[in-house]
Amino acid sequence: MKFIVFRFNPDTDTTPRMQEYDIEVTRGMMLRDALMEVKRQDESFSFRHSCGEGVCGSDGVNANGTNVLGCITQVADLKEPITIRPLPGRPVVRDLVVDMSQFYQQYRAVKPYLIRKDPLPEQEILQSPEDRDKLDGLYECIMCGCCSTACPSFWWNPDKFHGPQALLQSWRFLADSRDQATEERLDALEGPYKLFRCHTIMNCVEVCPKHLNPTKAIGHIKELMLKHAI
Amino acid sequence: MSLTKRRFDALIIGAGGAGLNAATQLANADARVAVVSKVFPTRSHTVAAQGGVNAALANVLPDNWHWHMFDTVKGSDYLGDQDAIEFMCREAIPTVYQLEHNGVPFSRLDNGKIYQRAFGGQSQNFGGAQAARTCAAADRTGHAILHALYQQNVRARTHFFDEYFAIDLIRDDEGAILGALVLEIETGEPLLIEAKATLLATGGCGQVFRTTSNAHINTGDGMAMALRAGVPLMDMEFFQFHPTGIAGKGMLITEGVRGEGGYLINKDGERFMERYAPNAKDLASRDVVSRAIVTEVKEGRGVGPNGDHVLLKVDHLGEDIISKRLPGIRESSKIFAGVDPVVEPIPVFPTAHYVMGGIPTDRYGRVVTPIQNGPEEVVPGLYAAGECACVSVHGANRLGGNSLLDILVFGRAAGQDIIKYLKENPNHRPMNETGVEQAMSRLTRWEQKGEGLSVREVRDEFRKAMEDHAGVFRTDEIMSEGVEKVKEIRKKLADVRLTDHSDVFNTARVEALELENMVDIGMSIVLSALERKESRGAHSRPDYTERDDTNWLKHSLYFQEGDKIDFKPVHTKPLTVETFPPKARVY
Repeated sequence: MKFIVFRFNPDTDTTPRMQEYDIEVTRGMMLRDALMEVKRQDESFSFRHSCGEGVCGSDGVNANGTNVLGCITQVADLKEPITIRPLPGRPVVRDLVVDMSQFYQQYRAVKPYLIRKDPLPEQEILQSPEDRDKLDGLYECIMCGCCSTACPSFWWNPDKFHGPQALLQSWRFLADSRDQATEERLDALEGPYKLFRCHTIMNCVEVCPKHLNPTKAIGHIKELMLKHAI
Repeated sequence: MSLTKRRFDALIIGAGGAGLNAATQLANADARVAVVSKVFPTRSHTVAAQGGVNAALANVLPDNWHWHMFDTVKGSDYLGDQDAIEFMCREAIPTVYQLEHNGVPFSRLDNGKIYQRAFGGQSQNFGGAQAARTCAAADRTGHAILHALYQQNVRARTHFFDEYFAIDLIRDDEGAILGALVLEIETGEPLLIEAKATLLATGGCGQVFRTTSNAHINTGDGMAMALRAGVPLMDMEFFQFHPTGIAGKGMLITEGVRGEGGYLINKDGERFMERYAPNAKDLASRDVVSRAIVTEVKEGRGVGPNGDHVLLKVDHLGEDIISKRLPGIRESSKIFAGVDPVVEPIPVFPTAHYVMGGIPTDRYGRVVTPIQNGPEEVVPGLYAAGECACVSVHGANRLGGNSLLDILVFGRAAGQDIIKYLKENPNHRPMNETGVEQAMSRLTRWEQKGEGLSVREVRDEFRKAMEDHAGVFRTDEIMSEGVEKVKEIRKKLADVRLTDHSDVFNTARVEALELENMVDIGMSIVLSALERKESRGAHSRPDYTERDDTNWLKHSLYFQEGDKIDFKPVHTKPLTVETFPPKARVY
């Protein structure tokens, strides 16, 4: 099967190029397996990958125009020729490796950790199964970046707009019955950019390999803000 | 070229559960700590742990740490050090509460407490009825824990060096560790990090086998660095094959599936574990279940056109339980095996999963080795924790749910001891320039150009050799051949050349360095395995079928220099309770 792969090595190339590879596709082959085959043919090809089972979030790439996680994307589900590019909107370091530092900065900016003000009990902080259920669909995020790099608002303002990934995480803590920083979390999201640059284009929902829904989480944050404003 | 240098109080190599739990201790104590990781921290392999972490919280069934200790000692086939095991099982309880306070979204019981499930090898009352000791966040416990620990470090503003590959430790003439030479993967620039204390927390080495549940990054880098710094590796013959990897692929299907009530069947539909472990059945220890599966297949009762696997039946649990407790497994089964466990059984076969052996440490995470006086002298400034270390709490076979526990308890213990060490040793020692040059040569060696073997072909040959010669059943003949093959491959390394010599994000160079690490570790596995003439835990020899406590109740130590094997005694004396003396191990 024909693969057309984005190549750029700043050491040797002045401009990016698209390179063709012919890969023998086996039954059940994942896109990551195919990229590893490319690497076997050509060791100068670089891409990130690790767990191979969709939990580490290393191998987000753009396949035929859509952001996917390589290790859980069946080659058979992609139309030939398969064009592979790096995640869009991020500076390319080399080949499919992009610079994700702004993405990580936005994650850090939402204080992605449990904030508890009361003294801690000797045992666990109790949480009802119903309250715990509210975290399903939020905590599973693997930070692959497929969502934020598919978001036009994040493309234009990656320095100011938190992006779907960070906002999903923001809601993950707002929704946690154990967290005691609702006010300050909401206050920190004020202003025209951090939260409100989301125009519900919903590319994030389309591409999330873990089937999470950042747009819905953003909607919940806005509702909560409204409730607190009244 | 001048080498860039950075100075920290402590250097942590590896950002999985052990490294990050140590880092939080240090950062919260205001120590200057650098965490070096070859991947962004949340990509570390802790993320893939599924089933949970053991602690005798007694939230579901009666339990206490002493029963947990008994199960762990028995599971280790009596090779585990009982002082370290007592420490771990006691610490398990506050450790899990700490994690919960750190935000881990554990599944919950109706009364709001942490959900606990049954796992293999767990019992109440020293070998009685099944216990439920494994604290779980659905079947994504490792992911939940790793992210929470990373988040705690974001909060503590820990200094991270993301995507830096550690090349080698720097040691002075007195044997003290001064830090490490690392490589910034993005730029290809080397960097010297000086530290008063260095913690190796680099995880496992499952990539030495062709079929494995382990990630691409699990190449045992820290263990190989320790070997090259003159530290031996302990008990490397004990490698765990997890009973339920997806057949032909190796991805993990958690033991939690059997903990929730799933069971194994052969081609006749027989629940065969009843024959091998009449009491515990499918929840016997992992070594027992893996051997049973391999035996079923060998004796012609395997499933599939080639009769090369067995089936894990889950559908009787119903869609509700499966979606609630095992959502990740349902997803993985659909993606990788093409079956929905709600309606069809999952095809499984043992997969290389976990190394019980590693860098010898005491229960404070300090690396200990025979130097002059006795087998356990502390290497100044060097710590190890997590899968790369061997405390030893797992002995010859690790229980499910004890791995997350090990990394958390001993990561924390190491962090705490480093804080103490920094108080006693407030100054950096002088750098050893010869040591730096030696470490640099490991890097410059890959600048050699010209014709040669490729990393890929040598890696393929090596991983196949390990799979063929150091698998579930091991005879003298199979292993002797394995030793010869690995020696041959080690020689070949000198003839390997890279074609890509560029600087920026050169993953070919990283893979070459990883291959060297893997071969060093492979050697320790095959040589230690050949030496041990008994069957104990995961080390199973058809030519020596019995456990031999008279001659072999001892830890092995492999030294790289001269490929030497030595031994040291097992700590059979716990901290406060009576010894559990070796008994026949039946489930």
